[in-house]
Amino acid sequence: MEGLREVFVVDGARTPFLKAKGHAGPFKAGDLAVQAGRAILNRQPFEPSDLDEVIIGCVKEGLDETSIGRIIALRLGCGKKVTGFTVNRNCGSGMQAIDSGWNNIATGRADLVLAGGTEAMSHAPLFFEQAFADWLSDYMRAKTAVAKIKKILAFRLKFIKPIIGLINGLTDPVVGLSMGQTTENLAYRFKITRNEMDSFSVNSHAKLVTAQKEGHIEELIEIFDAKGNLYDFDDGVRPDSSVDRLGKLKPVFDPGVGLVTAGNSAQVTDGSALVLLASSDAVKKHGLKTIGRVVDTEWAGCDPAQMGLGPTHAMAPLLDRNGLKTSDVDYWEINEAFAGQVIACLRAWNGDYFKEEMGIENFPGDIDIEKLNIDGGAVALGHPVGATGGRLVIHMLKILERTGKKRGVVSLCIGGGQGGAMLVERD
Amino acid sequence: MFNNVYKNFKGEIDTDKILWVSIDRENSATNTLAREVLEELSLLLDEIAEMKPRAVIFISAKKNGFIAGADINEFLKVTDPDSGYELIKRGQDVFDKIEALPFNTVAAIHGFCVGGGMELSLACSYRVVDNSPSARLGLPEVKLGIHPGFGGTVRMTKLIGSLKGMELMLGGRVVNAKDAKRFGIVDMAVPSRHLKASARQLAIKGYRRKKKRFDWRRFADMDIFRTYTARMFRKKTAEKINKEHYPAPFAMINLWEKYFGNPKRMYVEEARSVAHLMSGNIAQNLVRVFFLQERLKGIGKANRFTGKRLHVIGAGAMGGDIAAWGALKGFSVTLQDREAKFIAPAVKRANALFAKKLKDRRAIQEASDRFIPDVEGHGLAKADIIIEAVFEDLAVKREIFAEIEKRAKPDTVIATNTSSIPLEQIAETMTSGERLVGIHFFNPVAMMQLVEVVRGESTSEDALNKATGFVGAIGKLAIVVKSSPGFLVNRILMPYMMEGVLMVSEKISPNRIDRAATDFGMPMGPILLADTVGLDICLHVADMYGEDLNITVPDSFRKMVEKGKLGKKSGEGFYKWKDGRAQDSKGPAQSRGYLDIQERLMLRYLNEAAASLGDGIIEDGDLLDGGMIFGTGFAPFKGGPVNYIKTLGANYFVERLTVLAEKYGERFKPDEAWKDL
Repeated sequence: MEGLREVFVVDGARTPFLKAKGHAGPFKAGDLAVQAGRAILNRQPFEPSDLDEVIIGCVKEGLDETSIGRIIALRLGCGKKVTGFTVNRNCGSGMQAIDSGWNNIATGRADLVLAGGTEAMSHAPLFFEQAFADWLSDYMRAKTAVAKIKKILAFRLKFIKPIIGLINGLTDPVVGLSMGQTTENLAYRFKITRNEMDSFSVNSHAKLVTAQKEGHIEELIEIFDAKGNLYDFDDGVRPDSSVDRLGKLKPVFDPGVGLVTAGNSAQVTDGSALVLLASSDAVKKHGLKTIGRVVDTEWAGCDPAQMGLGPTHAMAPLLDRNGLKTSDVDYWEINEAFAGQVIACLRAWNGDYFKEEMGIENFPGDIDIEKLNIDGGAVALGHPVGATGGRLVIHMLKILERTGKKRGVVSLCIGGGQGGAMLVERD
Repeated sequence: MFNNVYKNFKGEIDTDKILWVSIDRENSATNTLAREVLEELSLLLDEIAEMKPRAVIFISAKKNGFIAGADINEFLKVTDPDSGYELIKRGQDVFDKIEALPFNTVAAIHGFCVGGGMELSLACSYRVVDNSPSARLGLPEVKLGIHPGFGGTVRMTKLIGSLKGMELMLGGRVVNAKDAKRFGIVDMAVPSRHLKASARQLAIKGYRRKKKRFDWRRFADMDIFRTYTARMFRKKTAEKINKEHYPAPFAMINLWEKYFGNPKRMYVEEARSVAHLMSGNIAQNLVRVFFLQERLKGIGKANRFTGKRLHVIGAGAMGGDIAAWGALKGFSVTLQDREAKFIAPAVKRANALFAKKLKDRRAIQEASDRFIPDVEGHGLAKADIIIEAVFEDLAVKREIFAEIEKRAKPDTVIATNTSSIPLEQIAETMTSGERLVGIHFFNPVAMMQLVEVVRGESTSEDALNKATGFVGAIGKLAIVVKSSPGFLVNRILMPYMMEGVLMVSEKISPNRIDRAATDFGMPMGPILLADTVGLDICLHVADMYGEDLNITVPDSFRKMVEKGKLGKKSGEGFYKWKDGRAQDSKGPAQSRGYLDIQERLMLRYLNEAAASLGDGIIEDGDLLDGGMIFGTGFAPFKGGPVNYIKTLGANYFVERLTVLAEKYGERFKPDEAWKDL
């Protein structure tokens, strides 16, 4: 593009993705990003204070983490002059953070940016109804004993019924559907069976098991909690996963009659993934080695009730405007928010859909599923909402490095009815 | 504004007619109450009494704190109780003047306010403290072998009650701003930005101290209960402190018991008691130890270390703890080991250390963020100082240093924590061996203040200076020692410890041996020490130095280690251990032959100390004393080994050594170096 500078990826890392197990996990969102960030910065020849900014995607910052992007920059020792901000595009937050970093470098506003995302879903809080907050405020303002007693009598037990933050966050308030229910919609529309979803999921676990065994997750760093426990692998993986076992699970989002279960959905997970972006000036100045470039990004809007189709809606225009056919792309990632949702994206990948739904005349060709999510996906790994975008980008670059190939497209669906897709290339 | 010219004080009257007295000792970065300062203050107070301002606020012009106490240099000049009494009475009189002023007086405190400084503020009507982390208030005089003498024992107990007051003074405890407010030592604890305004408020409006209607603690002050309270104080103090070695706390209890009900008399007796203590050997020795500590601190300050990054190789007991301490003290630390699982226990211990020492959760998180596990050693490239702390294997160390030389910056300090491998052997295969210096920590790192900085044959002055600067930067005390077996501390400690082990093999019971040592003034006897350190380590070190230091290892000891009796860590050594405590380790007092035991132990110790001086392991006797006091806890009230030798005279020891040499063997033969002592 004219006037825009190239944006290089210098390095990247991610923490193990840790499955949420009921209680709050050992790491808060900030802790995860700090461990990933300091591993990256530790291996650079420049100082943390040489960064221009830190951009973090995060959907639910925890207590004491307001404006987590800035907090992480300070905790990483960048000093007070390095700015930091937080972005939220729901499930696409990590990718948005990288896109925003790309933007600032491309337009010349920044040279070195640490970007990506983090999420500690196991720390999702409980909320109180506004009615309780109002009652409490009135009570604290009541000055006389009589007024206080009056307030106590006005208290209702239903005031303290907690709203579960996690569930609330995973529900689309505009169409009144949970994310899982939007996938049920897709299953209905594209005639996806339970068996197909479960088989897909088994495959995802199997691919992750292989990737772990073969050491194909180089960007993973070991992390430690305060008690000295070591975490060095994605612990949501189920080597014993099978269609039979998955078949036994009950549907979660449409109880009784649905097809989407906990087993064929992405897991609820804690994790962080960050990349280091640089302009070619910065690369020269600090003598950095690069692992690739972020070339282009597309954000697309689609029906919130079928948000899972987002990847298709984003990838199609991305390829189109870059003049690429499907065969020009070496590897693909479509984030596995739900097995059914990925299958739907693939079924929507055809000439009719392109023309009718997206107004794209030239169909670029089918996606080779052997090149899709080759090391497993969120069904096995987990989907820490803010972090996923970062993971997709760094892992794709590692795949390209490992296979000696050149071009990758990563995409994800976004709650609320959006899709994000990024084109990365290795030099 | 004043009639007289004051060198140490400035005054200013504000629009509310409040006189602000700024304490600003001439030619000093710290306010201390030297004689001239007190004399000036006396005159100043007379003037102020005439002036009759609305109120007076005392505030310090020094950045580092309010007042650090009396001028300790003057203590050394007190040779007899009478001159001591004069010195102290003078101070008391000045503070009495403050108390007598007929208007509000306020002490606006920041930083340290201890000893005489605390007593000055206690004489004021009100106190407010700046609540930043550097605030330290208290009366730690017992640590110098005396107790408060400028009215502190009277005013502190009166203000906050005897139970709390005595507890703080007996322990020489210094508290932070929050606790000072909580105990009632200060009336207000406020952020820096409100210190002056709060002082003004106290000056104008005063402060109504909430009096608990029924404070059962005040019962302890009443005449009829004082005997019992005093008994309780004595018992508690005796649990930790030997009365013969540290008489000051017990003198303070006597003072309180006899005179608490009679303030006027108590002031006089307080001065007398302190004067008596101050002129005695013990206080003089403890003051000497204070100056030794200042000297060691000075070594660390002389070469300011400006680096910010520490890299430690080896996450074991020592390496992990050195890394943790570094992070605690503000360094960004990368900790390397072969695999992440070896670093994990160090992460656990580090976080436990931060939680214990820092208390504030933000500070804890910051320290934790600075503590970076680093399996691949990326930190080598940016570190300002690298410390190798892997196990004692020359080949492994040589490999590590070759790697370090490749990856580190050219002016990074390269150090080893080795205790037994000669620096020269490691330096041999290095391309820039002059960079290698030893930085030898003691176990446990968090508790042991002393660090030996080891000068190898080829170590450059630059490396040495940077190393001592680093030790100072992490708040430890550095002594420079020559590279030789055992350096200083282990060299002197080993023979003493093994003499104890030898005595056990002669069927003398361990707890009698240990009792003899603690009666002399060692913090822990040699047998308990051996069990605590680990008998396998002792055996290893004894074998290593055995020849050089004339140590024979008894077979029975070797067999013990072979059988797996390793001391505390294995549950049994010379003592049986239960729940981290040695069973039956308190020996009887003055048992049969205890003098002989004591002599054998301490003469080995002192002989080796003399030899170390003679061999030039350390520069001078004072530094040796500092090293052995802060490294092994050698009886501080004796002023250190060399000081102790000088007290009784070298000839005495040479005689005794000769006698023991005949009785027990070569190892007691007086070293050549005694001639020069």
